[in-house]
Amino acid sequence: MKNSRTLELMVGLFVAAGMAALFMLAMSVSNLASYGGDEGYKIKARFDNIGGLKVRSPVSASGVRVGRVTDIQYDTEGYEALVTMSIDPQYKVFPIDTSASILTSGLLGEQYIGLEPGAEEEFLIQGSEIDITQSALVLEQIIGQFLYSKADE
Amino acid sequence: MVNQLLDRIQILGRVTLSSVARLGRANVFLMSVFAGLTGMLVRPGLLVKQLFSVGVQTLIIIVVAGLFVGMVMALQAYYALVDFGAEDSVSVMVVLSLLRELGPVITALLFAGRAGSALTAEIGLMKATEQLSGMEMMAVNPIERVVAPRFLAGIISMPMLTAIFSAVGVIGGYLVAVELLGLDSGAFWSQAQAKVELYEDLGNGMIKSLVFGFVVAWIAVFEGYDCVPTSEGLGQATTRTVVYSSLAILALDFVLTALMFGK
Repeated sequence: MKNSRTLELMVGLFVAAGMAALFMLAMSVSNLASYGGDEGYKIKARFDNIGGLKVRSPVSASGVRVGRVTDIQYDTEGYEALVTMSIDPQYKVFPIDTSASILTSGLLGEQYIGLEPGAEEEFLIQGSEIDITQSALVLEQIIGQFLYSKADE
Repeated sequence: MVNQLLDRIQILGRVTLSSVARLGRANVFLMSVFAGLTGMLVRPGLLVKQLFSVGVQTLIIIVVAGLFVGMVMALQAYYALVDFGAEDSVSVMVVLSLLRELGPVITALLFAGRAGSALTAEIGLMKATEQLSGMEMMAVNPIERVVAPRFLAGIISMPMLTAIFSAVGVIGGYLVAVELLGLDSGAFWSQAQAKVELYEDLGNGMIKSLVFGFVVAWIAVFEGYDCVPTSEGLGQATTRTVVYSSLAILALDFVLTALMFGK
């Protein structure tokens, strides 16, 4: 029988190792480190078709991730998709005529929103809406259009 | 002819009744274990001792298994994904399957084999040598003194072991993916961070391991306490612990997965 000091020491080490493992998983593997998207300012954009965009999809400008999609709703007045995204507060410099388009990373990758800055002097703030938007490319529609134009020839 | 048929039906009835009775005993037993948990407040030393034999001594097999499971997963994921040029997603596959399924399930299976069977044998032998009755004679509640600390130690140890298993598995996956197959180490971590949700994946995996810990500990201490106090009965009880625990873990895993990730 081990004496009680080494016993307690071993149990302490075991519990500490368990905690450390949990901490390591939370920090290095999950999205905890990249949290804080909620503190950003929220902007909205309307799209005819969002394709496969989902909540938490990335929002990027020039390929750099600047925020995340926080909410997607269907606007029954304009019959459009209303996408709310949260932009990191360190990027408070998007002009109000910035355009948003839904892009696909790679040929079959996930969809994200790409922001293309405009040239106005005023910047987007909390609650602003992006007017210039471009919907997702739906592969079936493109193929359909292509077949149509071929048939017309 | 009719008599034979009646005999068969009687056997069926007896088996049904005895399994229902056993299930009932298991539940009554669980309640008395819950009541016995209060004894740990007075003597926390009992729990520490059991944490050592249930948790610490299971650590080595968990670490080794986790490392190899992670390494094999990375290797297989690489072979499957490299054809599509998606080998950077190896980490997503390894981490997600470890956190959601393999971590809790394999840890629980190993735990049932390593710690659960030992618990059953220990309590069963105490019963066979009439130590439990002896305690009762001395007005010591054996459930409070012997069973409850082992039960609680099992429940506490499982999430810890699962976390360690998954963490070591991720490290194993990293070793194979980055050091052996030459993937980019930055992509390995960033892909995983982009896809793994803290609560959805890690949190649900931990809930699973808690449930498994509860079930395995319950089965193990009950089988020990309820065993036929002979050497043969003890052997059967130990076997039953491992078999029932494993089946319960696999079935529960399906139910929990369907509830958690099925939408």
